[in-house]
Amino acid sequence: MIRVVLLSLALLLPFAAGAVQPDEILDDPVLEDRARDISAGLRCLVCRNESIDESNAELARDLRLLVRERLVAGDSDREVVDFVVDRYGEYVLLNPPARGSTLILWLAGPALLLLGLGVSISFLRRRSQATAPDEAALSDDEAARLAEIMKD
Amino acid sequence: MIVELGHFALVLAFMVAIFQMIVPMIGAAQGRPGWMAVADPAATAQFVLTAISFGALTYAFVTSDFSLSLVVNNSHTLKPMIYKITGVWGNHEGSLLLWVLILTLFGAMAAWFGKGLPPTLRARVLAVQSSVAVAFFAFILFTSNPFLRLETPPFNGQDLNPLLQDPGLAFHPPFLYLGYVGLSMAFSFAVAALIEGRVDAAWGRWVRPWTLAAWVFLSIGIGLGSWWAYYELGWGGFWFWDPVENASFMPWLISAALLHSAIVVEKREALKSWTILLAILAFGFSLIGTFIVRSGVLTSVHAFANDPERGVYILGILVVFMGGALLLFALRAGIMEAKGVFSTVSRESALVVNNLLLAVSCFVVFIGTIWPLIAEMFFDRTLSVGPPFFNAAFTPFVILLAIVLPIGAMLPWKRGKIGRAMRPLIGAAALAVAAVLFTYAMFTGDSALGPLVIGLSVWLVAGAVVDLWSRTGRGDVRNRLSRLTRLPRADWGKATAHAGFGLTMFGIAALTTYQIEDIRVAQEGEPYQVGAYEIELVEVRRLEGPNYLTTMATIQVTDHGEVLDLLYPERRIYPVAGMPTTEAGINNGFTRDVYVVIGDPQENGGWAVRTYIKPFANWIWGGSIIMALGGFLSLSDRRYRVAAGAAKAKRAPVGGVPAE
Repeated sequence: MIRVVLLSLALLLPFAAGAVQPDEILDDPVLEDRARDISAGLRCLVCRNESIDESNAELARDLRLLVRERLVAGDSDREVVDFVVDRYGEYVLLNPPARGSTLILWLAGPALLLLGLGVSISFLRRRSQATAPDEAALSDDEAARLAEIMKD
Repeated sequence: MIVELGHFALVLAFMVAIFQMIVPMIGAAQGRPGWMAVADPAATAQFVLTAISFGALTYAFVTSDFSLSLVVNNSHTLKPMIYKITGVWGNHEGSLLLWVLILTLFGAMAAWFGKGLPPTLRARVLAVQSSVAVAFFAFILFTSNPFLRLETPPFNGQDLNPLLQDPGLAFHPPFLYLGYVGLSMAFSFAVAALIEGRVDAAWGRWVRPWTLAAWVFLSIGIGLGSWWAYYELGWGGFWFWDPVENASFMPWLISAALLHSAIVVEKREALKSWTILLAILAFGFSLIGTFIVRSGVLTSVHAFANDPERGVYILGILVVFMGGALLLFALRAGIMEAKGVFSTVSRESALVVNNLLLAVSCFVVFIGTIWPLIAEMFFDRTLSVGPPFFNAAFTPFVILLAIVLPIGAMLPWKRGKIGRAMRPLIGAAALAVAAVLFTYAMFTGDSALGPLVIGLSVWLVAGAVVDLWSRTGRGDVRNRLSRLTRLPRADWGKATAHAGFGLTMFGIAALTTYQIEDIRVAQEGEPYQVGAYEIELVEVRRLEGPNYLTTMATIQVTDHGEVLDLLYPERRIYPVAGMPTTEAGINNGFTRDVYVVIGDPQENGGWAVRTYIKPFANWIWGGSIIMALGGFLSLSDRRYRVAAGAAKAKRAPVGGVPAE
């Protein structure tokens, strides 16, 4: 049983040294560059978190060849990606487009930064205007102890 | 017999943990010294018992005791001894046992070295720490017992996952766990302080070393993992934004924020409730990390250790501890009064900015990691969030952080002027701009971001040097040099860690922007040129290792007619585990790595060979090591070496910033 699990895992694991094969490379270096860029943004659907550019899987190879085929046929980068998305769905995109609910994902970081800035600025304002509360909160014993701790 | 002893010791440790969770807590609430004092021996006993248990499991692995199902599934008699030992934690059950071993070790250390703590705080810290231990002991004993026997033991085992049979990965988990679990101490201190209702400078001084140690271990652990990915996965990637990597990166970011905000608590008695919140969140992210790795809820390359049922249990632990702690925080945070007053331009404010940027960048990683789950559950969309998203969404915050860091580090406490802090940094800024222009003009790379980040890394390193130098006050150079050697180690640590951060950024920018790649069919004995080097496939042999078969190539690297190195990239097959792996051949250099990988044999003769020239690759991990070293330096500062209050030596005041 474990053997089977491991074997099936082995098929999914990044059996590296794979990725782009010499025979896939296009003669035109500009097209090849574009192909590599596009491949890095497309997910290998049967892998765990790998782009087709990195993956050794058969499907990744097919996709790499498909991307190159479309490029040679004269498609723009955009058209190639749209073509692949039409076939495999948006799951294939490693860079989710900022549309619809995915906007939340893209805007979450900047929004939190703005919120945090607002809170921090109001906090800093208050802090710079505040006066230090008196030390009476500590009992004499505690104050002595604190003084000893702070002595360094 | 020894295995049963180990099992028994584990159950006993569980019992002791329950005792230690309850009795000192009640003792602290009712002011009973005896009840509080039992926490110390209990913490020691817990550690000793867990160590015995761990020792017994190690013994079973070393002697290949195949009556234990865990050993059968993860070991093999032919496996080299070192991997028999590391195999103890190369699996779910054993790694959890390592987790509690470290947890109880830290608890015991708090008991041994915590004599200076107020007794009620110490009792509460140890009780909270023990409650975490109880949860994990129960998890191990009830769902993941490593000591289960088989009725009919097989003759041999099924071997450890070959990817784990590697020095880089063998020691990656222990360091990560030291980090994760170190944050449990910060958590225990935070919760104990909330129960106690008091947070003061002494508290900050107590929490910081634990956080710092945890952060150092996380840095080393993450660095090891990334280094492993670099040489093992076969195309020299070093970071994939894989959920499991993110799981270790999030606690690292939050603990970096925490160790900075704890400085403010320690020196200025401000940002108290925020620091408490960070301490809770930092451990929360450690638990989330454990959940992600152990449950496999987000599929990833690391999912060899997954199991959904166990995932639910860890989720339970997460909910109970985070929910409980955050509730307590909501109830009690209001009573913590800030004392220190500071102006808007000050070191305190700079550290607030640091915290803001680190926390937001952590949040970006977090939401990117779990977004596929959210999108599927709430929006019915199946989508992927991969490296392009993280690179785009995360990098801006790091760039902001790098811009602000050297200035913030120079600002004085309480009240400062930007202009005054900037003046000594003019040289560093000029150097950084020069670096941007130089790299932009001289090299063609993949993106314009490369030169910018390289400039920033120069800014960081030069800023760290200026920071250290400015601390030596005024006077002639010889005087200042001699003062430099007498600066507190914390100052050295700070400058070292900040410079290390710059070096890592430099390595990443150089590698990702200026790498040269060559993929081709190479014929034996036909050299070809890659960058400045001549590469020749000399021969390909098939050999047998201790527990694997290998195809090993010999590749000669020539630099301007001189033979530089012979590299031996391999493709291995581990027949027992039925898994292939690649071993890259790497010539490590200070300014570049030559990295070759052997691929498939081609139909018309020859082999697929990939060659990469990776500029400044080692600086990435060198920088992490320097960052960790900075942490160690700071940790070895006199203030932390001794229990708070015991240090009588008065530190000579050093010019520059009035620190305390």
